[in-house]
Amino acid sequence: MTGVVYTSTVVAAAEPYQVAIVDLDNGGRATVRLEGPLARIGQRVEFIEERNGVPYYRFA
Amino acid sequence: MAMKPVSVTGAYQTAFGTFADKGIRGLTVEAIHGALADAKVEPGEVEAFYLGNFAGPSFVGQNHLAPYIAAAAGFAGIPATRFEAACASSGSAFFHAVQAVAAGVYQTVVVAGVEVMTTQTTPVVAEILAAAGDAQTEGAAGVTFPAVFAMIARRHMHQFGTTREQMAAVAVKNHANGTKNPKAHMKKAITIEQALAGKPVADPLTVYDCSLVSDGAAAVVITSNPGAVRVRGIAQASDHVALQDKADITTFRANRLAAAKAYSMAGVSARDILIAELHDCFTIAEIVAMEDLGFCERGQGGPYAISGATCANGERPVNLSGGLKSKGHPVGATGVAQIVALKHFLESRNAPLGLAQNLGGSGATSVVTILERVH
Repeated sequence: MTGVVYTSTVVAAAEPYQVAIVDLDNGGRATVRLEGPLARIGQRVEFIEERNGVPYYRFA
Repeated sequence: MAMKPVSVTGAYQTAFGTFADKGIRGLTVEAIHGALADAKVEPGEVEAFYLGNFAGPSFVGQNHLAPYIAAAAGFAGIPATRFEAACASSGSAFFHAVQAVAAGVYQTVVVAGVEVMTTQTTPVVAEILAAAGDAQTEGAAGVTFPAVFAMIARRHMHQFGTTREQMAAVAVKNHANGTKNPKAHMKKAITIEQALAGKPVADPLTVYDCSLVSDGAAAVVITSNPGAVRVRGIAQASDHVALQDKADITTFRANRLAAAKAYSMAGVSARDILIAELHDCFTIAEIVAMEDLGFCERGQGGPYAISGATCANGERPVNLSGGLKSKGHPVGATGVAQIVALKHFLESRNAPLGLAQNLGGSGATSVVTILERVH
């Protein structure tokens, strides 16, 4: 699964992490964990795997 | 059926801050007795009790709150019901109470809102608040409430060129207003430089973009008897809970729906509103609300915020109370506290019309109220 970043943020926690809403190429939106630094809006991303029911993505 | 005019004849807010020692019941009873004294109404005259509370069971381990508080306030026996709509809990309680009085079901009722939050550590507070989002898609992924509004802010910046300085201007203004409110949680002025250099919370938000974690309660007496401050328009609307299910996250559809209905009921438009208490749970939320309510064009909330128009001496003061940012945000108390503040400023500033907007979660509930000072 691939798509583009609709919006994202890096949450300042003890271990910072990024959450994003992704516009999926095959339609619909998903709320995901996104690996890597703060994404550009419109940046292309791809699915890695699901961990504990949460979809993880990375830059494509 | 002819609807009766509804007036707000008594209003009271406890000090907001760290007051967990007073207890959820003690704080609410203080607010209720303050409002009853203001209205010169005895507890025995109250016909129904409407309570707004978001998460008493999670924050303090107490459920069945409405009768618990009603009995202590001195009106056991009457219908007593709790309303939950995240941060719009007491706005929703107020909306439903006004419907009942307007319909003639009751003549005089009390509406209160309360939250006690400081009993929990910050991570636990964040977890409890996150339950106002979609637990399955957002909670599991670690989408906290600051993260929700950070994602809204980034999208708004991307689509409209909104800047961090424009968001900081909201915080600076609301902190300045809070210094003049003896009931405010944080009576401390800040500069735009301080706001921009605040500790990061979630990109692009710093701690100065976020409202406070507070304890507090507020109450009003509403009645079909004539009063000096009348409810001229009121509406509640709903929308999807999860951000991903909203077509556009740079606007809250529930705000627009509630505003359109409230303006129509009142027979007024945005340009007639000269003071407002808006739901600034995050600085971007005040910017989006001003657009949704028609105070400025869509996408122009940032420039409008930094223009000075909404400052205490501007053309349309917003959040003279200090807002959620500085007055504090005990979430279940906020909707009624806005009504208390709006009534106060209508009277003290001799203004004819004012508006309060109370947002639940990331906009799945919105309540818009237009109050009129009657001559």
